[in-house]
Amino acid sequence: MDNELSSLVVIFTEFYYWLTVVLMFLIHVGFCMYEVGASRHKNHMHTLMKNTMLIPLVTITFFFFGWWIYFAFPNGPWITGGITFEDAMQARAWDPLMGAHMGGAGDPGGWARINGVFWAAFLLFSWTAASIVSGSVIERIQSGGFWILAVAIGSVFWIIDAAWGWHSGGWMVRLLGYHDAYASGVIHAIAGGFALGVLAVLGPRIGKFAADGTPRNINPRNPWLVTIGLFLIYTGFWGFYVACNVPIWDVQDGDGVFFSATNIYLAPTTLSAITMNFLMSLAGGLMAGYWVSKGDAFWTYSSGLAGIIAASAGNDLYHPIQAMLIAIVGVIFMYNTHYFVERKFKIDDAVGAVAVHGYAGFFGVVIAGFMLWGYPSSPDASFASINPLGQFLGAIIMFGVLGFLPGWIIAKILNGMGLLRIPHEVELMGLDMAASIESQKEEQGIIDAEREAIAKLGN
Amino acid sequence: MSTGSFENWAGNILEIGPIYPFVGSEFILFLAGMAFWIAWQIWQIGLEKRTYNQEKQQFGNAEVLRKIVGAEDPKNP
Repeated sequence: MDNELSSLVVIFTEFYYWLTVVLMFLIHVGFCMYEVGASRHKNHMHTLMKNTMLIPLVTITFFFFGWWIYFAFPNGPWITGGITFEDAMQARAWDPLMGAHMGGAGDPGGWARINGVFWAAFLLFSWTAASIVSGSVIERIQSGGFWILAVAIGSVFWIIDAAWGWHSGGWMVRLLGYHDAYASGVIHAIAGGFALGVLAVLGPRIGKFAADGTPRNINPRNPWLVTIGLFLIYTGFWGFYVACNVPIWDVQDGDGVFFSATNIYLAPTTLSAITMNFLMSLAGGLMAGYWVSKGDAFWTYSSGLAGIIAASAGNDLYHPIQAMLIAIVGVIFMYNTHYFVERKFKIDDAVGAVAVHGYAGFFGVVIAGFMLWGYPSSPDASFASINPLGQFLGAIIMFGVLGFLPGWIIAKILNGMGLLRIPHEVELMGLDMAASIESQKEEQGIIDAEREAIAKLGN
Repeated sequence: MSTGSFENWAGNILEIGPIYPFVGSEFILFLAGMAFWIAWQIWQIGLEKRTYNQEKQQFGNAEVLRKIVGAEDPKNP
């Protein structure tokens, strides 16, 4: 920070991540609107509070231990090495660099101005992972049980997968050539898989399936809120994409310097490229969604998101028309898989989150293995190159090993402790009904008192 | 006297390091934060359990449930 140019790079980078956090906040405004719009009137407030309170709980736990996991576990541990304690020093909750700090001798890694904003950008991904699960389980999960699940996916499992496959030294990148630039697998497939694991234990809402097993649509009660919510998620997704980059980095291998934006693996890309690919995959997703659902608004909007997710793993490198075509195929895949799983396994995914995030994310990771076959996964030439098998194994690890399995196990434990499903009677009456009846009684009391006051005036 | 590790901004800023008050108490703060989180989760689970039990007692009989579900039915308001 002792000359203008290097200070400008540092302060620009600090501001850059801060801005992504503000944009990503809109994802959560969108998720709240979306979930409330999809729930029935008798469950609105419970649905809102369930999503809202994951924000503080994931925030504090991500501060206490989540951030440390990212820097400590790139080797597994014990796959390509041990726990990297030295690299994770600045991410310990009690490290001075986790507070306001001026740098200097206590900051040899130069973290003083980046640690907080970088932590916050990752934290907003954590909220997203937990919010994805939140939508699928509405109207029948206990809040306390859900918040334990939210901390597990938001502050533990997704950040383990980030250390493995979304870190410049992650073992999956090193050994499998795993490439997932905008988190098809790292956020979406894992959260979708986790949600599916929870749903398998939680069970469907009362009335979702007819006696013969035929699924019934429980349509959104407020389609306007759902669609505006999804628009806001698109908006926040811009911040999500930009937060996955490093804004200024010397990418020249060998003599000389060449500054560029990079992906999370420190391999070069441009903001221009990802902007075009974002929009073209959104467009492909929307058009495919409208096509497969025959113009259903809920699925069309959701497919816009699924289109982006399907192309995200390689959106740092794809041509925009490739991004669009991948989005189209990804949406057809996720839409059909959703209805197959619903019919076959009686899974009640209330907002289609497993499909939009899980299946589209899984597809996105796998397709990148074919599209980018032979590309370097990292600037480090000793790392495996991108390949279909590595990506397929990566997708299994994200969706199945770190997603479905922990979701299913934790849900089983919570269910055994009576902390997962709300009582049958409460589900029937609605989660807000008791509060609503109480509030009506109070309002009646006020109206009665006002009538009495008017009667006295009349006398 | 200062609760921070410095009393003015004079000299070399880089020598200051952390600028929050009570430097050195970070681990105790961490333990306090963890304790608050765990206590909050336990309290919330208890509260939710009590609420559901109360609601079941008050409104959980078949007659009340029929009325509530009936109120949602457009054919049978």
